[in-house]
Amino acid sequence: MLEQTLGLSIFGYQFMQNAILTALLGGIACSVIGVFVVLLHMPFIGVCMSHAAFAGALLGVWLGFEPLIGAFALSLITAAIIGPLADRGELNPETSVGIIFSLMLGIAFLIMGLMPTSQSAAWDLLWGSILTNTREDIIFLAIVATLIIGLVIIFYKEITVTIFNRNIALSVGIPATFILYGILFLTGATITTTIRPIGGLLIFSLILNPAAAAYQLTYSMKQMFLLSAVFGVLSGWVGLLVSYLFNIPSGATIVVTSSIVFGLAVLFSPKKKVKSWQAQPLPESKHG
Amino acid sequence: MEHTVVDIQNAVVSFREDIALRGASLKVKDGEFVGIVGPNGAGKTTLLTTVNGMGKLVSGRVWVLGHYLTPGNGHALRKKVGYVAQIQNIDPRMPVIVRDVVMMGRYGILGLLKRPGKTDWKIVDEVLELVGMTHLAQRPIGHLSGGEQQRVAVARCLAQEPEIFLLDEPTASLDWKAQVDILQLVKLVHNSRRLTTLFVTHDLSALPIACNRVVLMKQGLIWGEGTPEKMLTDANLSQVYNIPVDEVKKRRGENILV
Repeated sequence: MLEQTLGLSIFGYQFMQNAILTALLGGIACSVIGVFVVLLHMPFIGVCMSHAAFAGALLGVWLGFEPLIGAFALSLITAAIIGPLADRGELNPETSVGIIFSLMLGIAFLIMGLMPTSQSAAWDLLWGSILTNTREDIIFLAIVATLIIGLVIIFYKEITVTIFNRNIALSVGIPATFILYGILFLTGATITTTIRPIGGLLIFSLILNPAAAAYQLTYSMKQMFLLSAVFGVLSGWVGLLVSYLFNIPSGATIVVTSSIVFGLAVLFSPKKKVKSWQAQPLPESKHG
Repeated sequence: MEHTVVDIQNAVVSFREDIALRGASLKVKDGEFVGIVGPNGAGKTTLLTTVNGMGKLVSGRVWVLGHYLTPGNGHALRKKVGYVAQIQNIDPRMPVIVRDVVMMGRYGILGLLKRPGKTDWKIVDEVLELVGMTHLAQRPIGHLSGGEQQRVAVARCLAQEPEIFLLDEPTASLDWKAQVDILQLVKLVHNSRRLTTLFVTHDLSALPIACNRVVLMKQGLIWGEGTPEKMLTDANLSQVYNIPVDEVKKRRGENILV
């Protein structure tokens, strides 16, 4: 009875329908690339990309072209240089991400200083909301999600071996450098394209938490991708439902929900339990 | 008939900003087992990476299995060359199991868009059996000991069905037992498959007796080559390692593994 009323009323609003679809598509897209982010140890790529988008949007406002185009352009360029910069400087990708992040922050502040007018158009871009999406946004997200899943399926072998060990990937004849740059670019591009429909705050947690939760539960990369996607979508939907029921902000509720999912995964992780047959003490050894 | 599979002529190869190989020439025939011996920094690893196209050739000519190596054409060659390095640092929670790691050896030869089929898994299970790791096939790779990980690395190479087998200090930082096990495994693989093998080590006790030619290296150059009996004399080693003959004698008396 309660479920029925809930179900009916929550689907009744167009913006809620859109939010549910956004949580599905964005949840899948973000949590799949989250696996890359977690296994390649670069959690701050999300912050880096959002600031690149912000700087790009400000550039658009300042120079008088469409802020969205500026955001896309600058963040795609950023995504493309993370890998080559890391290799050129013999850094790990996370350091490269950090350097680019600070540069983007610098550029953003520089433009804000030079620009006397309002910057709200740029801020809106960065801090979009899951509740304000249109059908066009949904279609766009659907394309992004399909593209990511398609690429991961097509290049599954190449991606997994490169994540596992780049040198091994190279030595078995995989163009590992190209694949790694591709992974980094795909990660950056996904964040860029989903940041507006999902919202800047939400995207960090949707990238990290589901994948980090999945990481606690499995030793299979395939399962990690699947679990991550399931957790991502689940966090989104449960968060939306709770925020609807209690009339609280949806983005923040989803963030908290995904953190709870992660917390539960850590708590019940089989990786932390000693196998029962190994827990027995060995019989006394006979030496001496 | 034995034909040449590797022909390196006067290769100068860089490693980062340094020249690690300063004009080395080496020919290897099909089915040979060549031991490459020398102190740290002699250019042994660089010589190996020259064979699988991972080294940066500055000048000279490198011909391997019908390919002349130029920058960027190594991928095709590497599918035919198996490479076992020193123990790699593997994240213990990496979500990959042993059987998957061995299958990764076949990823290159499978090619784009192809998925591992029944035959591929059969080959993987066969090589796991050969290296004695069947019982650990489902284990996460990061949970294995160093010796077990090196066995898996050998299995991965064999799954690749390579024509040349490169081993770069595969026994470094393993305990005695694990060292002996890996050396015996390498010998077994060479004997049973007649696989051309290049084995790099700075540690003489880790040189398998299956080795039928020894290349001594020093300071980026090939110092000498010949049969193990001829090359591995105390006098030669004293010069290559730059330590007195007495010291060489003392050290060699202490440890011979296989």
